[in-house]
Amino acid sequence: MEKLSKGKIVGVNGNMLTVEFDDHVIQNEVAYAKVGDTRLKSEVIRIRGKRADLQAFESTDGLKIGDEVEFTGELLSVELGPGLLTQVFDGLQNPLNEMAEQHGFFLKRGAYLKALDYEREWDFTPIVSSGDTVIAGDWIGMVPEGIFKHYIMAPFDLHGEWQITELSPAGKYNLKTSIARIKNEKGEEREVFMAQNWPVKIPIPCYKNKLLSSENMSMQMRTIDTFFPVATGGTFCTPGPFGAGKTVLQHSMSINAKADIVIVAACGERAGEVVEILREFPKLQDPQTGRTLIDRSIIICNTSSMPVAAREASVYTAVTLAEYYRQMGLNCLLLADSTSRWAQALREMSGRLEEIPGDEAFPAYLESRIAAFYERAGLVELNNGEKGSVTIGGTVSPAGGNFEEPVTQATLKVVGAFLGLSRERSDSRRYPAIHPLDSWSHYPSVVDAGELTKARNILKRGLEVGQMMKVIGEEGTHIDDFEIYLKSEFLDYVYLQQNTFDDVDAACSPERQRYVFARVINVLDKKFHFTDKDVARSFFLELRQIFIDWNYSKFKSSEFMELEAKIMDKVKEHSNA
Amino acid sequence: MRKVYHRIIQMAGNVITIEADNVSYNELAEVHSASGVSLAQVIRLQDEKVFLQVFAGSRGISTGDQVRFLGRAMQVSSSENMLGRIFNGRGIPRDGRPDVNDKLIEIGGPSVNPAKRIIPKNMIRTGIPMIDVFNTLVESQKIPIFSIAGESYNALLARIALQAEVDVIILGGMGLKYDDYLYFRNTLEEKGALSRSVMFIHTASDPVVECLLVPDMSLALAEAYALEGKRVLVLLTDMTNFADAMKEIAITMEQIPSNRGYPGDLYSQLASRYEKAVDFDSAGSITILTVTTMPGDDVTHPIPDNTGYITEGQFYLRGGRIEPFGSLSRLKQNVNSNTRSDHRSIMDTMIRLYADYKETMEKQSMGFQMSKWDHKLLKYGKLFESRMMDLSVNIPLEEALDLGWKTLAECFEPAESGIKTELLNQYWPK
Repeated sequence: MEKLSKGKIVGVNGNMLTVEFDDHVIQNEVAYAKVGDTRLKSEVIRIRGKRADLQAFESTDGLKIGDEVEFTGELLSVELGPGLLTQVFDGLQNPLNEMAEQHGFFLKRGAYLKALDYEREWDFTPIVSSGDTVIAGDWIGMVPEGIFKHYIMAPFDLHGEWQITELSPAGKYNLKTSIARIKNEKGEEREVFMAQNWPVKIPIPCYKNKLLSSENMSMQMRTIDTFFPVATGGTFCTPGPFGAGKTVLQHSMSINAKADIVIVAACGERAGEVVEILREFPKLQDPQTGRTLIDRSIIICNTSSMPVAAREASVYTAVTLAEYYRQMGLNCLLLADSTSRWAQALREMSGRLEEIPGDEAFPAYLESRIAAFYERAGLVELNNGEKGSVTIGGTVSPAGGNFEEPVTQATLKVVGAFLGLSRERSDSRRYPAIHPLDSWSHYPSVVDAGELTKARNILKRGLEVGQMMKVIGEEGTHIDDFEIYLKSEFLDYVYLQQNTFDDVDAACSPERQRYVFARVINVLDKKFHFTDKDVARSFFLELRQIFIDWNYSKFKSSEFMELEAKIMDKVKEHSNA
Repeated sequence: MRKVYHRIIQMAGNVITIEADNVSYNELAEVHSASGVSLAQVIRLQDEKVFLQVFAGSRGISTGDQVRFLGRAMQVSSSENMLGRIFNGRGIPRDGRPDVNDKLIEIGGPSVNPAKRIIPKNMIRTGIPMIDVFNTLVESQKIPIFSIAGESYNALLARIALQAEVDVIILGGMGLKYDDYLYFRNTLEEKGALSRSVMFIHTASDPVVECLLVPDMSLALAEAYALEGKRVLVLLTDMTNFADAMKEIAITMEQIPSNRGYPGDLYSQLASRYEKAVDFDSAGSITILTVTTMPGDDVTHPIPDNTGYITEGQFYLRGGRIEPFGSLSRLKQNVNSNTRSDHRSIMDTMIRLYADYKETMEKQSMGFQMSKWDHKLLKYGKLFESRMMDLSVNIPLEEALDLGWKTLAECFEPAESGIKTELLNQYWPK
């Protein structure tokens, strides 16, 4: 065991500490600064000679020159094991509910709690037998965690093959009890527990292959699944100015996404928004499993008034937890709101380190950090042939709503789908405000590609006609062009727009999307004959009304069928015999 | 006895540097100079150097002046005796009455554990249709009024404060014109609200650094009252002055500016104040209503831009009216499902049609022929502006909703509204 370094504070500037140390320190290792009886967690971010710069994860009030610092020799890590689901953690994986029980209304500085309950007993069933060989990440046993099979895995940091020398039989064990002993060729021995630690900034590498993400992950939103789909194991971003509905959109995704596990990372955003999730998820039923939503969720919550450095850690904590569940062959969706706040945390620190600033004072390594983060997503084939995935969706909050800024641009380079939210659409209350022409996706849609192109063309032509009408007026527009314009508006209202606050319309299954889309295409394809523009307009307004009611009716209910018949009748009205 | 230091080695802007030991970060000190005693706060420690921000400014301080450390951070009294009183940014009475020194608490305390917050669900009624119907104000919301110099934002702030049913009003004035200060004081007094109010006033002529303390003083006190179960409304005007004061300090400290000279942590600094808005699980609440004047009426300016990302919506005050576009209350969903079943539909439909009206106005101004539909929209737009947007309208929510239906029915056929048929049957005036 190496001797751990100690140090003394020689500078305090905001949340940056400069420490003179005695022995060796490791880049990014965790250290504790002592102020009275309180220990403040911090991380080494730069070393120059005998001085190290540390970012403190807590307020540095009260620290003095000469105060003691203890280094731990460990990188910033999270605890992985059964019991993570349903929990609410801060960015450093402190369970917030227990914090509240112990310390009341406020987040007490220097209070750190274990993420997992080490006393709780779990029903363990071994999968391997004594004498088997395992490598890092192999499934050794299983415990039920809610509705999931939580696999107990060989430690992720093993090198080479290890043989199981002892294995506990099926039974109830807590996380402090060793469940197996393993030995390698060199004769080194280790004990295996049901929980293990892993450094957050290093991806868990225990899989055979990364596979191409080509399967649609439904968010049950028409604009997304049909027009700008997301894939299992893919990445997407939702940039938008404030007030364009980023948070409502993410909230709706976290409820309706067809994923096994959903991890919500509230990074530097409003506490109120997390509270909604905290209070609602335990009550809302997940239609896919019949259990409550919280049973498949983990919430990481480092809101804007919580310490800035922990904000950066929070997205890594979240993605590491997602990777952990991926190792069990599950599909995990990570929603990070907002990556801009994380980038700002980098900028604050970079400023204190007096690094040479890049664009808008963001550090030069911003792009590579963002790229490395999104690259942790992916569909993988595990060593045992099972598949698991991590899908990452990040919101971006561009300054001034301008997508030309560094964080948006760096993100666009690395994601597979771009759902750009527009102020124009949200101002006219066209929700979700995803811009139908600027956005894009590389992933496959739930509907036929040919039909989709048709719909896109109508939208595009409709916009052109709309622009043209602003110049030459409605009277100068040909009735055929006007019809295209009305069709594109119709498509917008009945298909792109969706009411998240309506019980039925909030979630539209891929099956229903295909069904409804066929009807919409049917209208778009039809050549109508209108005597004048007012007739055309009122026809489409009436048709729109029936369609909207149709969207609000339960799929394949009798009401649904009746309205569909009404739509068919209506469409016949002005069509070519 | 704490040591006294006599050698100031550097002065830049309002920041002085001395060499001292055993000083803690964020600690307060007194600087005794010929012009009197001023408080100062430690903002950086570097080896033996201590950087202090002098609240009264460094003008007139000599390099040989005395600096005495107090061994504590900034404090404010949290007692009931604060009610009805007026203080400056440092908490010194400006109403000529004695100091309040009991139940002192530190300002800028830790943030609330999100697990101890509850979902806000009480509407605050204002009698202003643009707020009640379209952008409902909710208890524990944090929301700014975005405006420009010259608009009567302070009058709107005072009107909302007086109509809101809260236990305590705390007013934090930053860079306030003396006239505005008097206006607030007189208005609160006239309406008999002064006895449940506390004011922390920094006027434009006071030292700039004191401005930085105003939000923290106001919010620390608000937090103490809220924990006692009170519903507190905090008014902060004008947050742009607060941000500018921060910029001034950052530049003197030679920090690398991120955007138009503002420090990189502008977002975090604003957020740590706004996030004090809270609805406590089994205690009171804090609602924060602020004013942010937009330099050059530019919403993409760093101050309104960062504010918009932090607050739960904003009210745009322009031309004496609350603008329907851009104004937003993010918490309205929490309350408007329980007001009346037509609230949401009226809210969305009326704004959408008003957006269409704006487009028609554009067409009209370019001299295009108006279709039947355009004429309907034109009629609607004018009615909407006079019945809903005019700030002199003062009616309860229910009346405003009925007026909404009436307006729609006067202008359109039911099917043209895009509202669910079920609601049309129930509410459309026959």
